[in-house]
Amino acid sequence: MTLTKDESGREGADDPGDMTGSGATGDAYVPSRRRLERERYRRTRARRATAIAALSTLVTAVVLYLVVIGAPGWPRTRETFFNGQYAREAFPKVLEGLWLNVRLLLVCGAAVLVLGMLIAIARTLRGPVFFPLRALAAAYTDFFRGLPLIINLMIVVLGVPALRLQGVTVDPVLLGGTALTLTYSAYVAEVFRAGIESVHPSQRAAARSLGLSNRQALRHVVLPQAVRRQVPPLLNDLVSLQKDTGLVSIGGAIDAVRAADIIVGRSLNYTPYIVAGLVFVALTIPMTRFTDWVTARMDRQRAQGGTT
Amino acid sequence: MHLAPRVLRRAVAGATVALLATAVGCAPQPEEKAAPTASGSRANTCAKGGLATETPGKLTIATDEPAYEPWFKDDKPTNGEGFESAVAYAVAGQLGYGKNAVVWQSVPFNKAFAPGEKTFDFDINQVSISDERKKAVDFSSGYYDVRQAVVALKGSKAAGVTGVAGLRGLKLGAQVGTTSLDTIDDVVKPTRQAAVYAKNDQAKSALKNGQVDAIVVDLPTAFYITAAEVTDAEIVGQFENRGGAPEQFGLVLDKGSALTGCVSGAVDALRKDGTLARIEQRWLSDAVDAPVLK
Repeated sequence: MTLTKDESGREGADDPGDMTGSGATGDAYVPSRRRLERERYRRTRARRATAIAALSTLVTAVVLYLVVIGAPGWPRTRETFFNGQYAREAFPKVLEGLWLNVRLLLVCGAAVLVLGMLIAIARTLRGPVFFPLRALAAAYTDFFRGLPLIINLMIVVLGVPALRLQGVTVDPVLLGGTALTLTYSAYVAEVFRAGIESVHPSQRAAARSLGLSNRQALRHVVLPQAVRRQVPPLLNDLVSLQKDTGLVSIGGAIDAVRAADIIVGRSLNYTPYIVAGLVFVALTIPMTRFTDWVTARMDRQRAQGGTT
Repeated sequence: MHLAPRVLRRAVAGATVALLATAVGCAPQPEEKAAPTASGSRANTCAKGGLATETPGKLTIATDEPAYEPWFKDDKPTNGEGFESAVAYAVAGQLGYGKNAVVWQSVPFNKAFAPGEKTFDFDINQVSISDERKKAVDFSSGYYDVRQAVVALKGSKAAGVTGVAGLRGLKLGAQVGTTSLDTIDDVVKPTRQAAVYAKNDQAKSALKNGQVDAIVVDLPTAFYITAAEVTDAEIVGQFENRGGAPEQFGLVLDKGSALTGCVSGAVDALRKDGTLARIEQRWLSDAVDAPVLK
């Protein structure tokens, strides 16, 4: 711990040892004995707390380990879920499938953010003339948030091609991506709307009083503040979208989970599922760190009085 | 940051005790001794109607839901109609369990093979026997020799194919976890990745919608699809057996199950006395002929 000089309050009275210096060095900071005592005491407490935490963690880990390893079914569980040979076989195929998940995430993610923002703005428009737009946007979010994603996918991926419309794709990946975008833009629209409505009305009023138009107030004052607050829930929805991209395998496309499925079905060994699960987790972690970093950077800029 | 040591110590001690108690409490009874499974050698211990089944005096048989034609009829395994339902009751009878002593259970394909306590005595679900799968479960002897077939819409480019080579450039589809999919990957080796579906129902939709050129299913299913479900589709042909030994469906039992020997014995006896052939003749009689893809 660091101390500034004026914080360290020289306690010369009971400190005979620290007045030895001449006037020149008299200003040099020498911590008092009482302070040293206090610091030592704090250090020992901290060490002790760390030791106890480490010990209790170790005990917990050992007990859990013994419970799992000692279970009578453990050898077979290990053989079925943690088999090195199948992990090696599954890994490249799962990664190949993951490429589809990642592409879908990037494309659908961008589409979802744009569409969600448009719907949120449509819902927050003021004025009676916009009533039909508001009603439509509300109906859209109600319907697609309520409709189970799997049913939405079924209808779009298997139902739309049945219409045999000229010029409409039958590619299951494109159709699946469309279905994902429909559902997730409804979720994200609600996140955006909550963010927009959480900005205090005085902000808008102040902007309007400065002569900004409604649109300018929204663009320069309300949205920048809203978006910052929305980052964590938006990230939640993006991570959720990332995992749900796998559902396009309904239409026959092979994503990471389906790639694992194929090996599981052939071998009746579940290790590929574990591999696919870990790969997804590994994909989520950097995404979370990145958004944390972006949020922190925004906050720093704001703290320094930077423009938003 | 530090907690009051006494509180901390108590918490640690309490947590440890709780965990240890859980560990002891969870310690399950050791698994029942799996009888030595040298199948056949135990035939004399297969007491009629007195096997060590899940529910004493009853034989619990599992299959997936929905149960498809022609293997089952009207999605009711209990009616004894459809090939696999008939086989299941014949095996039960052979083991000394009458129709009233058979209990059916709905178990999804994937769950039937998970390790852990099985809730059924055997599973009948068009599961092909393979050496790889034998590491995870026990199989009875095969009760049906199955061949894979290609189904395409009439008049499509896939319908005119006469050999395996002709399928190579097409977009094919199959159900996940089936030997139909293995056939595509290992025999056809198509230039475009096959479409893989969770259920044959979705593969049929995709075929109707033109999302795939052709689908691969087992021959009886192919006959049923073309006869009743997708009437504007036809069977393009069937694949030859790979590697000499015919692919067979087997009954699935828990790994190391005490019943494997007895159930295998029952299937063998039914094959020997012609019962299996009769059941096949009755329920799968039209699934005998389709041009072979060279």
